[in-house]
Amino acid sequence: MAGKIATRAAYGEALCELAEKYPELVVFDADLAGATMTKGFAAKYPDRFFDMGIAECNMTGVAAGLSTCGFKPFTNTFAIFASGRAWEQVRNSIAYPHLNVKVVGSHGGLSVGEDGATHQCIEDFALMRAVPGMKVLCPCDGNEMKLAVEALLNYDGPAYMRLGRSAVEIVTDEIPGYKFELDKGAVLADGTDVAVIATGIMVQMALKAREMMAAEGVSVRVIDMHTIKPLDEELVLKAAKETGCIVTTEEHNIIGGLGGAVAECLSEKCPTPLVRHGVNDEFGRSGTAAAVLEAYKLTPEGLCEKIREALAKK
Amino acid sequence: MEKIASKTLAITATKARLLGLDAVHTAASGHIGGSLSAIDAITTLYFGVMNVDPKDPKNPDRDRFVLSKGHCTPALYPVLALRGYFPIEDLKLFRSIRGHYSGHAEMRHVPGVDMSTGSLGQGISAAVGMALGGKLNKKDYRVYAVLGDGEIAEGQVWEAAMSAAKYGLDNLCAVVDVNGLQIDGATKDVMPSEPLDKKFEAFNWNVIKVDGHDYDALLKAFEDAKACKGKPTAVLMKTVKGKGVSFMENQAGWHGKAPNDEQYEQAKAELEAKLAELEGK
Repeated sequence: MAGKIATRAAYGEALCELAEKYPELVVFDADLAGATMTKGFAAKYPDRFFDMGIAECNMTGVAAGLSTCGFKPFTNTFAIFASGRAWEQVRNSIAYPHLNVKVVGSHGGLSVGEDGATHQCIEDFALMRAVPGMKVLCPCDGNEMKLAVEALLNYDGPAYMRLGRSAVEIVTDEIPGYKFELDKGAVLADGTDVAVIATGIMVQMALKAREMMAAEGVSVRVIDMHTIKPLDEELVLKAAKETGCIVTTEEHNIIGGLGGAVAECLSEKCPTPLVRHGVNDEFGRSGTAAAVLEAYKLTPEGLCEKIREALAKK
Repeated sequence: MEKIASKTLAITATKARLLGLDAVHTAASGHIGGSLSAIDAITTLYFGVMNVDPKDPKNPDRDRFVLSKGHCTPALYPVLALRGYFPIEDLKLFRSIRGHYSGHAEMRHVPGVDMSTGSLGQGISAAVGMALGGKLNKKDYRVYAVLGDGEIAEGQVWEAAMSAAKYGLDNLCAVVDVNGLQIDGATKDVMPSEPLDKKFEAFNWNVIKVDGHDYDALLKAFEDAKACKGKPTAVLMKTVKGKGVSFMENQAGWHGKAPNDEQYEQAKAELEAKLAELEGK
């Protein structure tokens, strides 16, 4: 595959590619079909696409009701509205009755760029993770995204999945032995000195950081944690025991997301030096995606600093 | 469906009132006021209107019911029990840790409940989804949702109203329990909801106004709603909060309060007298 594609674009393609195989798949959007990339599905399957207008709470509830009639609804809007605006609808109308609705939040994280803080969702993992029974996913590239969409179609229950706005390099298709399994992380590169547990666009940065650290003689293991909840604790604990220190990296507040999940797991089951790389409990700002990520040190260089910090704690 | 006699509905609704009262008294908590205002409509739906089979509660062709004012389980659960979805004795487990008859309507464990509700404004959206499902699956079932007039203040209700009109969901019937009272007092003081008819009409709904305690009028309203094609119907029913128990009627204070033993005995005596009168004893 190789090349670059935004996970939202791969997601839009996956919906179209899987529509015939899964006739129960129906797609909702809230006036953002051109941005969430559901527009292709909308054009091809107009009878299975519902634009609910700028009314995310209702969209979420309608999807819940429709799922009780045997359909597999995917709701689509920006991550901030999917997980924030409609949080309580997700909790009470979808998760509490454990209905088969997939809540998809596009434009997650700071890499939204120019739209600024109001639209840069850095709390979605935390918000969705706190809801009992919700799965939380954040695939890293176009290949993984397509596999995740099909896996979610075969899972009967509620889940939240974050998509990204910016084009990112496809990496998982060239990793020997890579396979996508819901609820399981994937080791993309082995290493013995430190393990970086990454999700979303930070996976590619972790692979770059690994090369940079190799030049310093440090062996970095890179784990792609596409499913943040339930956390693949077995893989986390194995990495902790084998490498002796962990760095988590995510385009999310360091509170409550992947870093929070790993911290909870390690502190209870295998206390291990840990450094969380992410947004340090502050809002984002406008700028190009690259400039904003740079400003918040969500870069391979920024990650390397955290890796050195973790190694020093060993 | 053959038309059911209004007296039969009155007897059933009175039995349901007694069971609801008993459940709230046993649990020492629960929302009795709004349950007593909606119970005549819910009884009418389950015994005189809806195509349902308590032995096959998940039948895909069944009519659906969503209690959007999800706190009024002291109306819904007794009606479901009387209809045969679960044993009447189970109502003793209302709000108890020993069972699953939760304070707000719960679909995972209570047979006959089509949607979990309780957070106001959300049930009507789920009902829209079910009605949409009926259209997509080319089934002719109908979906009924009961809302409170206080609940109408939730913005989501109007989001749902817009979407139901957009998709021409003539298989959807929203029933608004206009009892005029909510927790903090009169709806007109807390947050005026009127004119509800003009509001729903402006959202491209068919509107029917009815006395929510007149069984024949309710039956006709649901027939008329069914006959209306191309748009959803809102049945705005004027009701009395606490209806059937003299000291609870039109009292906001009885929204979410359980009667003490003395009050329970008085209410029970009133309802039993009513039942005896209806049964001609």
